[in-house]
Amino acid sequence: MVPFSFGGHALYALPEGALLWPARQALLVADLHFEKASWYAARGQMLPPYDSLATLADLGRLVQATGARELWCLGDSFHDSDGCERLPREAQLRLRTLTGTLRWTWITGNHDPDIKDRCGGETADEVEVDGLVLRHEADPRELRPEVSGHFHPKLRLAVRGKTIARRCFVATERKIVLPAFGALTGGLDVDHPALTKAVGRGAEALVPVEQRLLRFPIAA
Amino acid sequence: MDLPQPLAQWFAARGWRPRRHQLDMLREGRAGRHALLVATTGAGKTLAGFLPTLAELIEAPGEGLHTLYVSPLKALAVDIQRNLVTPIDEMGLSLRVETRTGDTPSDRKARQRVKPPQILLTTPESLSLLLSYPDSVTMFEGLRTIVVDEVHAFATGKRGDLLSLCMARLQRISPGLRRVALSATVADTDGYRAWLAPDGDIDQVAMVQGEAGADPDIAILLPEDRVPWTGHSGRYAAEQVMAEIETHKTSIIFCNTRSLAELIFQDLWKVNTMSLPIGVHHGSLALEARRKVEGAMASGRLRALVATASLDLGVDWGDVDCVIQMGAPKGSSRLLQRIGRANHRLDESSEAILVPGNRFEYLEARAALDAVEAGELDPDLFRPGALDVLAQHVMAMACAAPFEAAALLNEVRSALPYSALTEETFERVLGFIRDGGYSLKAYDRFKRLTQEADGLWRVSHPRFVTQHRLNAGIIVEATMLNVRFKNGRNLGKIEEGFAAQLSPGDTFFFAGLSCEVQKIDTEDLIVRASSKPARIPTYGGSRMPLSTNLADRVRRFLADPSEWPRFPKDVSDWLEFQAKRSALPRPGQLLVETFPREGRHYMVAYSFEGWNAHQSLGMLITRRMEAQGLKPLGFVANDYALAVYGIDKITDPAALFSPDILEHEFVDWVQQSHLLKRAFREVAVIGGLVERQHPGKRKTGRQVTFSTDLIYDVLRKYEPTHLLLQAAWDDARARMTDVGRLAGLLDRAAETMLHVDLDRVTPLAVPVLTLIGREKVSTGSADDALLIEAEALVADAMRID
Repeated sequence: MVPFSFGGHALYALPEGALLWPARQALLVADLHFEKASWYAARGQMLPPYDSLATLADLGRLVQATGARELWCLGDSFHDSDGCERLPREAQLRLRTLTGTLRWTWITGNHDPDIKDRCGGETADEVEVDGLVLRHEADPRELRPEVSGHFHPKLRLAVRGKTIARRCFVATERKIVLPAFGALTGGLDVDHPALTKAVGRGAEALVPVEQRLLRFPIAA
Repeated sequence: MDLPQPLAQWFAARGWRPRRHQLDMLREGRAGRHALLVATTGAGKTLAGFLPTLAELIEAPGEGLHTLYVSPLKALAVDIQRNLVTPIDEMGLSLRVETRTGDTPSDRKARQRVKPPQILLTTPESLSLLLSYPDSVTMFEGLRTIVVDEVHAFATGKRGDLLSLCMARLQRISPGLRRVALSATVADTDGYRAWLAPDGDIDQVAMVQGEAGADPDIAILLPEDRVPWTGHSGRYAAEQVMAEIETHKTSIIFCNTRSLAELIFQDLWKVNTMSLPIGVHHGSLALEARRKVEGAMASGRLRALVATASLDLGVDWGDVDCVIQMGAPKGSSRLLQRIGRANHRLDESSEAILVPGNRFEYLEARAALDAVEAGELDPDLFRPGALDVLAQHVMAMACAAPFEAAALLNEVRSALPYSALTEETFERVLGFIRDGGYSLKAYDRFKRLTQEADGLWRVSHPRFVTQHRLNAGIIVEATMLNVRFKNGRNLGKIEEGFAAQLSPGDTFFFAGLSCEVQKIDTEDLIVRASSKPARIPTYGGSRMPLSTNLADRVRRFLADPSEWPRFPKDVSDWLEFQAKRSALPRPGQLLVETFPREGRHYMVAYSFEGWNAHQSLGMLITRRMEAQGLKPLGFVANDYALAVYGIDKITDPAALFSPDILEHEFVDWVQQSHLLKRAFREVAVIGGLVERQHPGKRKTGRQVTFSTDLIYDVLRKYEPTHLLLQAAWDDARARMTDVGRLAGLLDRAAETMLHVDLDRVTPLAVPVLTLIGREKVSTGSADDALLIEAEALVADAMRID
């Protein structure tokens, strides 16, 4: 793994779609979308009710592997405002264990602005941590270094006649947009105008593969 | 058999006499028996199907729906006009004949349910939707006859499953319903009789054979009597094909793929020195474009039409006097049906020309010609009904009325594809519709179906009914982008996967034009006509494999030198050289050659099991080689052979062909490959797990659709035995990997293998080795390697010196 420097901090973009901040022993993830499946089920599309469990299993593994002590969720952690109570019992237990053992902060997003019970953890609309602004949706007017989520960026490339689609990070000098971490979250192409509008021109798509961080300029 | 007066007069006025099979159909109709009519195109099949209906309505006129006509095609207009509406008008009968498809305006649809015509023309999907309405009982209770046209084209697939279930329901609503099916010539008439019959009771279905037409006149086109070593399309023969077009009135040029049709059209256009009007027709073209071409064809304004299977069905063109098949025909039934497009007069032979693309294809063309002469047809594979289709049907039944599970199961079992359905599987289907059928009971509050105190199952909310009607249907297309000009004119659709490979400035052949990409957005690919040379569109989709009976014939050719004098000299020379240099397999023998070439070691197996099975085998064998440390580099397959190459010499091919490969490598490979994900996408839509993407409704801004690939991943991890995964596996096995033929090949391999080790390439190996489209063996994270390569390329291209 190769760190990259952002706002004066060394950060690692992990292949799993999280950002590791070794100086704070912190993990940053975005757009978990817990219980997205059951939200659709209520509307007649009976998606497999395992998405929260799958997302939590991935998260748990990552916490273990990195030894993280802080976790920052950058919004849209819950697909809707029902929050913790709709999680399957096993998922609730796992989440409460995680929020109980780590310093855990929920940044609010457009899907989950107002939730009573999030199975533990602190809640904030946005925060500044050691000079980095953490919020859900990138603010084009923000001048400080900023880490956000919301857009679910995805890189699509045609190489040798094969199309490859990957969740990816999008970065400029002052902004990082994280990929969605949730098990059932789709993606938005990195050259989508909405994303360009939010982060400005000259952005790169960052794709972590084993031992390397690949960089692709985004044509805007 | 007496014809009612108006009908007799109508025939007489035309100077016609009803054909024997038309009268036979009338007799079966009057006797109230189900009937299957098997006849060649041009035998007055459609009229034969409707004759009993017309006779009954003449003798006992009445209101209400009398006859339902179901065809796999939406475009019925021309054909039905000629075969049904014109006779009705000319006899002055007051009968209403109406069409109902997805394109029918909704006010007419509503009116049809209240005041149905006497004859309704529809598709399996539209019929299924009609049956989802509570008033379907009133609408169909007087239904006397259902006529299923072109039954050979879809009975063995998912649309056949759906129609079979619909017929079971119709029979319950109207027990006296008579079932009639019209078919082109098929090998297994009993199979179709059983499919048509209630409860699969074959004896209830009368068999009516049409009169045999004149034997077709088929020739193989060999420019200068030579057949090229390589290629698979016959493109080298463009000038000769053009000469045929010039000397015939109207020709159809059939191609095996859409992209080939575009290429052949371009080739012909270049040598079209007389500027004859020629057109192109395939399933990706815009509906308006297809209709326009069909119209021009029907009115005799085109001299030639380059087409794909989209023209295989239905529509009769009348004046076509020559059918040309580019490349190998792949099966004798298919060839016959295509030939049947020409010359619809039974007493004159149809003229057809085959243009083989290489020497194996020559043998295949010769085999097809022999098979047609011998009246040998390809087998049809009837299989158990698909579970995703059953789920869709059960939901439709629930929308129509509350049901009792046991009664519905009985009804479903009376459809042959589902006759062996177990109670347990049916329960699982019900559970799946109710709440997804997961073992984690998380969706109790969200049930779509509820079983009430009276034991009946009901849809729990009207919005699920609406949802079903919006999403029902059997055809699931890949996500497509519209190809348009900037002014909005729509040319057709291409698959998203192909579009993703294009950038502005790229060119490709489409709709007979060289198109230059200007802009790509989420739904449209904006192009302009260009004079630059173009790339080929690859539309994806599966290829039709060589049929088993043609494969057997080709094998017999190889083994029997007494056949060779019939072949052109370069083909017989080729076989003689092969016999001298290596060996020719006897029928039933599996020839495997190994030889070095340019620093690599090759193994070529001549197994003749078709492209799909060979492609699967190539994947499996290279995996096994990997495991054995044989360092495979790649493989290439065609319908006849599989060639594998690598760094090390293969000394024991038999060890690679053992049947246990199906237990070990196969499951692994299919699960990791895109096959199962593609199959899952289809069953998830048909089964109603996810909603269809409706064109024009894709979200802008943040995309909120979810990919079925993600659902697949979660489901495989947490509930690997789920009904939909089972359905996806069924599809992957049957349609995508040809696992039946693969298993047969592997079972025989040990006993029948003839291994010849050589010091250089053999004549028989050349056609497969010169193919493009090789598969590279991918080790580990192949996508990562591609991404790394892409980054390096981009970095080089963008480097500032």
